[in-house]
Amino acid sequence: MKAQEVPQDDNSTYHGEKRAVYATTKDGDYGVVASSGWDVEAEATQQAVAELQRLADEAYAACETGKCSPLEYHMYAKRLDLLSLSQATGLFQWRIKRHFNVKNFNKLSDKLLDRYADVMGITISELKKLPQKES
Amino acid sequence: MSVASKKFIHKHAGHCESGVMSTMLSHHGLAMSEPMAFGLSSALSFAYLPFVKLAGMPLIAYRSIPKAIIKGLQKNIGVKMKIETFSNQQKGQERLDVLLEEGKIVGAQTSVFWLPYLPEEMRFHFNGHNLLVYGKEASTYKISDPVFEHVVEASEQEFLKARFARGVMAPKGAIYYPTFVPENIDYASVVPKAVKAVAKRMLKTPVPIAGLKGMRYLAKNIRNLESKDRRYARLFLGHIVRMQEEIGTGGAGFRYIYASFLQESGKILDNETLLEASEMMTAVGDSWREFALLIAKSIRSKKSETVDFDAIAKKLESIADEEALVYQKMLTAF
Repeated sequence: MKAQEVPQDDNSTYHGEKRAVYATTKDGDYGVVASSGWDVEAEATQQAVAELQRLADEAYAACETGKCSPLEYHMYAKRLDLLSLSQATGLFQWRIKRHFNVKNFNKLSDKLLDRYADVMGITISELKKLPQKES
Repeated sequence: MSVASKKFIHKHAGHCESGVMSTMLSHHGLAMSEPMAFGLSSALSFAYLPFVKLAGMPLIAYRSIPKAIIKGLQKNIGVKMKIETFSNQQKGQERLDVLLEEGKIVGAQTSVFWLPYLPEEMRFHFNGHNLLVYGKEASTYKISDPVFEHVVEASEQEFLKARFARGVMAPKGAIYYPTFVPENIDYASVVPKAVKAVAKRMLKTPVPIAGLKGMRYLAKNIRNLESKDRRYARLFLGHIVRMQEEIGTGGAGFRYIYASFLQESGKILDNETLLEASEMMTAVGDSWREFALLIAKSIRSKKSETVDFDAIAKKLESIADEEALVYQKMLTAF
């Protein structure tokens, strides 16, 4: 890629930051060019973010009607899934799945709740409820 | 090694680990570009691991595993690194603070998700990020994150969280610094070894998931998406692009960084074949970018339209063919 061909698409996902891309000058010499982003990459990032948002929204709606515990919502909201939450907490997936059930979740000890809250970087009281819906 | 008085110079890099090592070694008197750090550790690779899931998606890697650059440089140029990990967070923080007070610059492995200076959209649970800590003021760490154009900061609490994130590849507070840095590098003996290692790995790895075989295997899996759930298929394709272009590849899944390394080595050793290989690798990088563009166009299109999986798979196969020629060329360079 030539230096002048390095995309400068001002990706919103960069928040004004720039990324180092290797490209050649007109003499063919390589160097670093700061890029403000490439639409192709931005779309892929946004697609992944949107998918997690969709899962979080679905869980939010289900929690509101009592079909699942707030744990499931917070998991997706913190960009985790069953596998990564299991790996981060050291709890078996089947056990976490049980905690998606409101009845089971309400019975959890503070110790176990803290294990979840800690890997998500929130407090136990935040974990126990759904956040206010953003308008 | 007295470095306390030395002014630290931040450098913007394509990839975190090679950026950290380049900056660190340069700081200790062994000037080394990022592509050189990447190339001398034979970090270029390809692997498609459908059974290793990352956020529900198979792992697709364009380089060797995390820490391979640190280890590769130790092996190939004789740098000696000390890597410390901690089971106790408090101790991990104290040790880092002591090293900083001694005037050292310290490399650290962290999670991406907990770094406060990273844009929201870039924060995912990935534990293999590398950065340099070059100082501490009050309770704020001064950080040189190679993928940022400028230096950044994190509070004690935030940084601790990032260093001790749990899960796959948990950093366990890993920090590292050199205990010995050679004064110079014998390029004439190191470059051939490093270059051949990459070429052989890509051409001859016997397992079907790595090297060029891995690329062909991925192409086959792309064709199979035809029968899969539409949403999954689009996410899978988008995932490939993210692995190739997002944070820390220097563009085109490290192919441009490597082309830059081949060029630099070719000039140092006055080796025409390496310079030719560099140009070929640049063309390969351009093809990877076309591949990403092709995917972007297909996932951008309306849901009703069908995605031409076969065309995407064909493009990937043609890149594998193109790369094969570069590696064969690299093998004839010495």
